[in-house]
Amino acid sequence: MSDEEEIILSELNDDELVDQMFDDLYDGLKEEIEEATNILLERGWEPYDILTRALVGGMTVVGADFRDGILFVPEVLLAANAMKGGMAILKPLLAETGAPQIGKMVIGTVKGDIHDIGKNLVGMMMEGAGFEVIDIGINNAVESYMETLEAEQPDILGMSALLTTTMPYMKVVIDHLVTTGKRDDYIVLVGGAPLNEEFGKAIGADAYCRDAAVAVETAKEMMSRKHNQMSA
Amino acid sequence: MTDFTDQQLTEEGLAPAASKGRILLIACGALAREIVDLKKVNGWDHMELQCLPAIYHIHPQKIPDAVRDVVTREKNNFDTIFVVYADCGTGGILKSLCAELGVEMIAGPHCYSFFEGNERFAEVSADEITTFYLTDFLVRQFDAFVWRPMGLDRHPELRDMYFGNYEKLVYQAQKEDQALIDKAKDCAERLGLAFEYRFTGYGDLETSLESVSKSNA
Repeated sequence: MSDEEEIILSELNDDELVDQMFDDLYDGLKEEIEEATNILLERGWEPYDILTRALVGGMTVVGADFRDGILFVPEVLLAANAMKGGMAILKPLLAETGAPQIGKMVIGTVKGDIHDIGKNLVGMMMEGAGFEVIDIGINNAVESYMETLEAEQPDILGMSALLTTTMPYMKVVIDHLVTTGKRDDYIVLVGGAPLNEEFGKAIGADAYCRDAAVAVETAKEMMSRKHNQMSA
Repeated sequence: MTDFTDQQLTEEGLAPAASKGRILLIACGALAREIVDLKKVNGWDHMELQCLPAIYHIHPQKIPDAVRDVVTREKNNFDTIFVVYADCGTGGILKSLCAELGVEMIAGPHCYSFFEGNERFAEVSADEITTFYLTDFLVRQFDAFVWRPMGLDRHPELRDMYFGNYEKLVYQAQKEDQALIDKAKDCAERLGLAFEYRFTGYGDLETSLESVSKSNA
């Protein structure tokens, strides 16, 4: 059965095309997302609008369905991969057009841990939300975090761990920030499958984020609180 | 011989043969064959085995509530209850729960550690962060526990997103079985990883159950 009519993306109007991009992100269709991104650019859309209205909008639906147990990790990965395709086109243009920047984040997986799927997803969604993201990869010791924090002076430090055996290392990093008098310089967000809110509190993080969408919301909220405190 | 299938262990778990007794073991279904074997070899007839569905291995958030249900239901039927789960991805929640319920559990972060021996695993694990482990059960059930849940049957292109940072698959064998070694080699190949065979036997599983057995002999 191949009765389904083929959709020609360039023949859709803007609203239809954005709706179609939501569907294509949901289905993890990278080439279609790249094509649609280019079409919107040709139609004069600002890169920032494509990013927020089409890509982030679509990934928000994916994130919600993941949280509700409708989508699972493989589907989210495919969607993320499709979004990555669109982001690769938009990123250089966003830099050129001076898109609004909410804040800066350094993110990395802790020492002893090589898992980066969640971290990469958070990094991408944070970029989509207007954060500059410095991703320091996997297996990071305290020194690696400290060097990057010193060099980049971010607003937020994000740490990720997938293993019960590696998650305690987050406390090592936070304790180091405390002993060097730098803890209050950064918002510290932590996440990863075996973590929970209680653990986040126990190690002295500012928040535990259960998924990428929560990480973005938490980061935005904390940045706005930080700005309010500074202007008070 | 055992009269249950891996599929039953995966989806349903295993009910104890007797409803009352001295010791109840609440275990992961992935350990059922090993525990049944140990019971038989050591004559631990005073131990009953209740297994939870092995598929909780990939949904560890389900383990604490399931353990709580069994302990609550069975605490008056057995003198001793022992939980044969390590932390198993519960992030310390299972340990807190066991303390709250007043039951003991096997030590260690996961079965890969206690099969190898927790002490030895702690020594070598820092040098093995790029290692993916499989046990006898997981080799037999590779498709059900790794390949399909990760969507690799439908989207093999995701493989390197999951396993790109891994280098080696270590097959921790509990029993010597050439067919399983061959299958484990195939698993490594499918994941694009180097292969290492490591016979562990039952490791700390055996010594832990031995001391539980003696505590209520």
